[in-house]
Amino acid sequence: MTDNSMRTFNINFGPQHPAAHGVLRMIVELDGEVVERVDPHIGLLHRGTEKLIEQKTYLQAVPYFDRLDYVAPMNQEHAYALAVENMLDIKVPMRGQLIRVLYSEIGRILSHMLNITTQALDVGALTPPVWGFEQREILMVFYERACGSRMHAAYIRPGGVHQDLPQELIDDIEAFCDPFLKVCDDIETLLTGNRIFKQRNVDIGTVSLEDAWKWGFSGVMVRGSGAKWDLRKSQPYECYERLDFDIPVGKNGDNYDRYLIRMEEMRQSTKIMRQCIDLLNSSEGKTAVSSSDGKIVPPKRDDMNSSMEALIHHFKLFSEGYKVPKGEIYTAIEAPKGEFGVYLISDGSNKPYRCKVKPPSYAHLSAMDFLSRGYMLADVAAILGSLDIVFGEIDR
Amino acid sequence: MDETLKELGEYIALKLVDEVKHFTIVRGELTLFANRDDIVKVMQFLHDDNQCQFISIIDICGVDYLGREMRFEVVYHLLSPVRNLRIRVKVETDEESLVPSTTDLFPGANWYEREAYDMFGILFSGHPDLRRLLTDYGFSGYPLRKDFPPSGYVELFYDAEQKRVVYKPVKLTQEFRTFDNLSPWEGTDYVLPGDEKAEGKT
Repeated sequence: MTDNSMRTFNINFGPQHPAAHGVLRMIVELDGEVVERVDPHIGLLHRGTEKLIEQKTYLQAVPYFDRLDYVAPMNQEHAYALAVENMLDIKVPMRGQLIRVLYSEIGRILSHMLNITTQALDVGALTPPVWGFEQREILMVFYERACGSRMHAAYIRPGGVHQDLPQELIDDIEAFCDPFLKVCDDIETLLTGNRIFKQRNVDIGTVSLEDAWKWGFSGVMVRGSGAKWDLRKSQPYECYERLDFDIPVGKNGDNYDRYLIRMEEMRQSTKIMRQCIDLLNSSEGKTAVSSSDGKIVPPKRDDMNSSMEALIHHFKLFSEGYKVPKGEIYTAIEAPKGEFGVYLISDGSNKPYRCKVKPPSYAHLSAMDFLSRGYMLADVAAILGSLDIVFGEIDR
Repeated sequence: MDETLKELGEYIALKLVDEVKHFTIVRGELTLFANRDDIVKVMQFLHDDNQCQFISIIDICGVDYLGREMRFEVVYHLLSPVRNLRIRVKVETDEESLVPSTTDLFPGANWYEREAYDMFGILFSGHPDLRRLLTDYGFSGYPLRKDFPPSGYVELFYDAEQKRVVYKPVKLTQEFRTFDNLSPWEGTDYVLPGDEKAEGKT
């Protein structure tokens, strides 16, 4: 027999592992139960989104963004819409902005709710997903009532949003807010003080702030390590400047802090949603939902029956599309998982010359080796859950 | 905002005379054009300098400009959380030239560079692990290059005889269609005879 103490062995984690949160294959090199090296193999969900976007007009590219982070689809559309609007230099009316913010925050709750509860599932708690998914279901119905689809919305489009929300929907979202806070409290009673949950998460996956920046982390991953950094506050877009909310910041940079931050962010999102609804119901929020620029935003069906110009615009926009001036832009938003950016290069035609998507969890997963070295095999699942990764956006 | 960026751009251009060719500020974004071989030095400066403190790597990506002498551009996006500023650094390269890797400075650059290699075939020197990342095991070609067809060259099938998946050349039942909807009438300079006098163009 060879010297046993020198022997490490490799195991395959995934690509069909339930704790891999999608199609991740990781080669884990183990010394006993201690992780020596992790090599994530990604790309099993690669669909060539960036290549496809280059073949499509600017409007046709919108649905691809739903399919990136499919847990919070509208946030991605939002980043793309902002990038195109920046290039075209158009402004969205107040109501459009409010609806976008409202749905971005719904997306944030959708994403955090999924992450918190499934991470808890990864470390052994079975009840939180059942409670959390009930709420997600309600939120997805709100998605559906706004745009007709539960996930792949194609609702936030360059120039505004596709159509206005009915008043009953706004009222129902308002009625959702208070009971939801109660559910958050309930879920917290299951996890925050739970001894097993704490044993699995406190001091696991610790990352210092310096390392977090170096590895290109963003969102909850840097806030967990103590940075007061949130693009909604530091580089505000849309009407976030006017809204009142707090940014929770962690101290230790471990899994548990990140869990606490996500929990608090859901409450803050609810607060933002309520403010949006108040503004939508006030006289200020009674504007149009998209820009009135007929060369960018398609006309409404009703107008096409009576206006020749609207008919021509409709035909032109859905065949040729609109041309975007030559140049480039990088626009980032605070997606639930971190900074989601779109780097758009236009050559002046009706199709993007290059559209680089900067997904937040790509950077987080790339640090998987760095984060899990020296931890136990069981911690790998806990860390992976805490990174909040979604393969739609990592593989693109 | 533009003032701060202009100041910063001038400051960097002054400090890195040899390394940075020039800078531009368009749409409120500062872009540096750096020499390929000096990219690590430029990044180091942007990272360390007190006025810059671009300590966070946001993104590295390739762009293919088919037809240029130096075909590819590698675009780096950095963020300075302290100064709340963003910067973009560009270098030019082609299929053979090596771009020095920035992984030592920013460990997060590792996967971005691997992706640029995978998608464009841009080579990075000094990268610890320059393997393909997103494409399939054993894939050949560089899909995001402009001369790579959107359909690709091969497709996967399950072969019942061999009891495994096999690659076959792509066979499209319908020809790939690109709709050229660009209007031929736009951008024409409509000249009204005699109108040039009104605009003083003689």
